[in-house]
Amino acid sequence: MKLQEYTTSAHNFEECMKCTVCTAYCPVLQVNPLYPGPKQAGPDGERLRLKDPYFFNYALKYCLNCKRCEVACPSGVKVADLIQSARIKYDTHPPKLRDQILASTDFMGTLARPFAPIVNAVTDLGVTKKVLDFSLDIDHRRTFPKYSGRSFESWLKRRSKEQAAFPEQVAYFHGCYVNYNYPQLGKDLVKVLNALGVGVQLLDKEKCCGIAMITNGMAREAAKHATHNVEVLGKAVSQGLKVVTTSSTCALTIRDEYPELLKVDNSAVRDSLLMATRFIYEKLEQGATLRFKSGYHKKIAYHTPCHLEKLGWGVFSERLLRMIPGVEFTLLPSSCCGISGTYGFKKENYEASQAIGQPLFDQIKTIHPDVVACDCETCKWQIEMSTGYPVLNPISILAEALE
Amino acid sequence: MKFDTVIMGGGLAGMVAGIALQQAGKNTAIVSMGQNALHFFSGTFESLQAPSERLAELFSAAGIRVHYREGVRLMPLGTFKEAALSLDDIDLFPTPKFGRRVLIVNFLGYHDFFSSFLAEGLEKQGMECRIRFLSLPELDNAKAHGEMRSVQIARSMDRIWEKVAQEIRLLLKDEDTVILPQVFGLLDDTIPGRIRQAIPARVVFAGTMPPSIPGVRTQMQLRRRYELLGGTFLMGDQAIRAHEHDGVVHSIATHNLDAHYLEARNFILATGGLYSKGLVSNPFKITEPILDLDIDQPQDRNEWYNPTFAGDQPYMGYGVKTDEHLHAVKDGVAMQNVYAIGSILGNTRPNLGSGAGLAIRSAFAAVDEILRSTSEQSEI
Repeated sequence: MKLQEYTTSAHNFEECMKCTVCTAYCPVLQVNPLYPGPKQAGPDGERLRLKDPYFFNYALKYCLNCKRCEVACPSGVKVADLIQSARIKYDTHPPKLRDQILASTDFMGTLARPFAPIVNAVTDLGVTKKVLDFSLDIDHRRTFPKYSGRSFESWLKRRSKEQAAFPEQVAYFHGCYVNYNYPQLGKDLVKVLNALGVGVQLLDKEKCCGIAMITNGMAREAAKHATHNVEVLGKAVSQGLKVVTTSSTCALTIRDEYPELLKVDNSAVRDSLLMATRFIYEKLEQGATLRFKSGYHKKIAYHTPCHLEKLGWGVFSERLLRMIPGVEFTLLPSSCCGISGTYGFKKENYEASQAIGQPLFDQIKTIHPDVVACDCETCKWQIEMSTGYPVLNPISILAEALE
Repeated sequence: MKFDTVIMGGGLAGMVAGIALQQAGKNTAIVSMGQNALHFFSGTFESLQAPSERLAELFSAAGIRVHYREGVRLMPLGTFKEAALSLDDIDLFPTPKFGRRVLIVNFLGYHDFFSSFLAEGLEKQGMECRIRFLSLPELDNAKAHGEMRSVQIARSMDRIWEKVAQEIRLLLKDEDTVILPQVFGLLDDTIPGRIRQAIPARVVFAGTMPPSIPGVRTQMQLRRRYELLGGTFLMGDQAIRAHEHDGVVHSIATHNLDAHYLEARNFILATGGLYSKGLVSNPFKITEPILDLDIDQPQDRNEWYNPTFAGDQPYMGYGVKTDEHLHAVKDGVAMQNVYAIGSILGNTRPNLGSGAGLAIRSAFAAVDEILRSTSEQSEI
């Protein structure tokens, strides 16, 4: 029966049977009444937009792109992809200066890095926040991520010989956050992989995965990044390397958003890009071992980032953390922290962002862990700012617990 | 990844089986393609006519309150149906005439609750009905932007139920009963009870269009309980292929985990019926997409349907074949480590409302088979 194959609709929207289940799990719909919700914004709206682009609704910008609607959909409709595709296709407004700044994470990183101490001090000042709020609509209540004086790339380049000596090799898509803001996470990954006998290589000049561009009306720029990244990943894959990443959003973007939203073919590299936690878990399952410190003790609450939940790979992080001797583990109930990348930085989204995260913040406070574990950098900023509890990537916790 | 049992399907059947196995000390995973039929749950387990201690215990450990009383319950369109075991949200009456004068309250702009149908049905039973609409500023925004569903109202009600109870007290004249849409107690299941206390009349909650609030809450409580027992819930993933050798399944592949297979000693298939895609159809036959199990169905397509649309439709009865231990049958042979439970067994007909009862009973039966077979194996 070829008929059904030929009639598959874009992002499966015709599979929608109007059950409204997605509306129960959309975090935005619960707090922002201006948002029409995933069913109306997605498959219902698509039916109208196909008739006439006039029906495009600018309120679609309130979508977080958390993908919870897709995870909840029992019919396999790509609800969030429908919404983001509609924004790419029909939103004719050029992105605001603020959105361009927020979206250009690697460009801003390159600019800020040489002056990191100054930039960090200045963005921490109340007056700077007021100015940014007033001039750019970046909410003054936000804490900004800090920049690092030295990039991860330069740190690893100095160690390339030493890394090349390991019998097995892997390439690392570190992403903007590890490179410009928090190289420690990359160093932690190198430590854990080295302990498994695996050396870490850089890709041949990766670019930002582009997710912030996709959600900020810069799809064309994002597609350029995507094409570039698929090419450099391809080089590594053709050498027989797996590519790992520590950011769940980078992983989701490269694996799923490139073909679905940007129409960039990634089929040659898709299966070779893995979350580092999955790579490590699989190594251990194949018989590799890690030696942990004795006397290590940590009470850990694990938050599965929305994009990792969409990938379906939270289980690897969870299992690795549970494996560490001395870890008291609690899985936090599945829920969005509210930041969703650049979304929560925007003045118009601040209140909604905090309201979405509130149930998660309350849960964390009830559990009162030593540390919250999470594979997403923006969840980390949000949870640290809103609860005061430190947040670490599971890879950093593994590194800390190693002998 | 290795488990004792992998359960395909995260609906009521799959979650009950998962919880029961975790409680028995087994290590399990549930693979669930999206959310499930609990979102359409009436709140009543119709085909469980006997009080089930085992179910009550499992639910109460998950914080879900049920009660048992033989009687009838009010349906969303004003008719009545026999019922016994129910969630506490649901009222059960000895006879359909449960009051004399009834005040039906709805929220202005909410179209998923059928007050006029309810009134018509109750008037047939000899009850006098009055319908009133509450206009609440808290719901104005949802109204204006179009998505005013049970869940959105329920989120507001969790905050403003006291004010709503106050407004209803003011509306109440000489009525002995108040009927409200079932939009209370999404996160806090004590709210329906507190509303019952706050209004000086009998308060009855009547069903709305989906999502069902008691159903959504039940699914959240069951999932939480399962995860707290250490179960691995893979939400949004889908079993796509099973790997078998000599009639024994040793692992399955899923959409998200691609080359990373889930291995187990036993597998439970709880992927639902045609509606949930546990069974799929083309113009020639109905198939089970993961294992290609045998299906009880007539060859002649004309026998699938009853030409009377609202009549009993034979296709709803089709399901996978099993032996008496619920082992799924493939090519005429019962697979010894694959169990089929819930709607995929067929014979869940909406007019009987038997889905929840079948889900629970078959889940417990499969769990008992698995525990018995594993204890036998360990004795050997």
